[in-house]
Amino acid sequence: MFKFDKLVFGDAGWGDEFLIATLMTLIVSILSMGLGLFLAIITVWAKIIQNRITRIIANFYTTVIRGVPELLVIYLIFFGGNTVVMSIAKVFGYNKYIELNALTIATIAIAVISATYSSEVLRAAYLSISKGQIEAARALGMNKFSIFFKVISPQVIRHALPGIGNVWQITLKDTSLISVTGLVEIMRQTRISSNVEHSPLTFLVTAAILYLCLTTISARVFKSLEVNYSKGFTV
Amino acid sequence: MIEFFNNIQNSLIYKNFFLVLSGLDNTLLLLLISLPIGFILALLFALGRVSKITLLSRTIASYIFVIRGTPLLVQIYLIYFGLGSVKFIRESFLWYALKEPFWCGVIALTINTVAYGAEIFRGGIQSIEKSQVESGLSLGFGKFLLLRKIILPIAIRKVLPSYGNELILMVKATSLVSLTTYMEMTGIARKIMAKTFAPVEAFIAAGILYLFLNFLMVQFVKYLEWKYNPHLRLNN
Repeated sequence: MFKFDKLVFGDAGWGDEFLIATLMTLIVSILSMGLGLFLAIITVWAKIIQNRITRIIANFYTTVIRGVPELLVIYLIFFGGNTVVMSIAKVFGYNKYIELNALTIATIAIAVISATYSSEVLRAAYLSISKGQIEAARALGMNKFSIFFKVISPQVIRHALPGIGNVWQITLKDTSLISVTGLVEIMRQTRISSNVEHSPLTFLVTAAILYLCLTTISARVFKSLEVNYSKGFTV
Repeated sequence: MIEFFNNIQNSLIYKNFFLVLSGLDNTLLLLLISLPIGFILALLFALGRVSKITLLSRTIASYIFVIRGTPLLVQIYLIYFGLGSVKFIRESFLWYALKEPFWCGVIALTINTVAYGAEIFRGGIQSIEKSQVESGLSLGFGKFLLLRKIILPIAIRKVLPSYGNELILMVKATSLVSLTTYMEMTGIARKIMAKTFAPVEAFIAAGILYLFLNFLMVQFVKYLEWKYNPHLRLNN
């Protein structure tokens, strides 16, 4: 039933392959979380400036992506992404075949999903800053950039950290869906190994344990970050 | 010429829409079985989680920890590929259910939603004011009556918005069952894509249907919130 001896490192087992796959999962998660946060900031910005068109576009984006299964978004970007990129390249007069590599597609797909969740968290955090603070900063003669970096950002980070931690967990688990694109992360490695060794249970349990470790460790990290960022606020 | 191509493209998405629609009943079937069972089990698990029996509470806590810490895909694969590879399960009566991707999907979705739901309901139960329970006790309510008349109604209506979120996540989660060869909407969209090489049209058709399904779910939760929060309605 279980063949845990197949998990040794080296040529006899799959240990090193799984280590690399775990690193790949982490890399995809971190990259897409970063890109997602960047997209989320743009989305929040589009929602809070007093402009109807950008607000409608941003609302449409978050509503649609959150209402459609993650797998569908990944399929759409994986199979449709090349076509879109090539048609954009055609506009600039580049007619050769372009193929995006799996990591790029995976990162973009997960980022597009995770950005919708992050944007809600960031927006709530932004709205919790009292207007008086921004007015006070303006009264002190601070310009827009220093207001953003010295007054808004530190508070948004503190308010948003718990929510961002949740989004990180969701993003980490969503990367398992990326296996359908052929990128060798934990899930893909699990399928490969179990097909070779004819023992799916072994490797699926391994994958579950690896994911559990990743989520538990990152929960700890976020806890300590929260403590760090709320210095002077906790009793 | 451009119009001619436009027509073909339009008709493709139109045709795909009805093809994908034929998978709607399979998606709904998954939801209609796993959601009600998941709701009842989640309530029971939440009660077990807050109970004073340490062993029960700890067991449920670790169950919730494991399920919430692993992706749903791992759970589906564990049940479909993992359990199917064990010999004594293949020879037992369980195999009648586990050989079908549908029942594997239902089991995996139920296990998943129970863990998330139990955590949500636990929050609701623990947020009930002590005075409410005490006033129930002073009226001579027994444990069961207290649960049925005071604790559960207040807890459920408090957590309706977050449980509604979980319901929408479940609608989206049904798409993962397509990876075990079960032909629901995403599976059909994937098949259309393989046949026509037109990924965008196929997946947009499916996406519209999922959006519609989720829209209905949101309305349903809104109705429940309206119905069970009579004290919050503006006009009586």
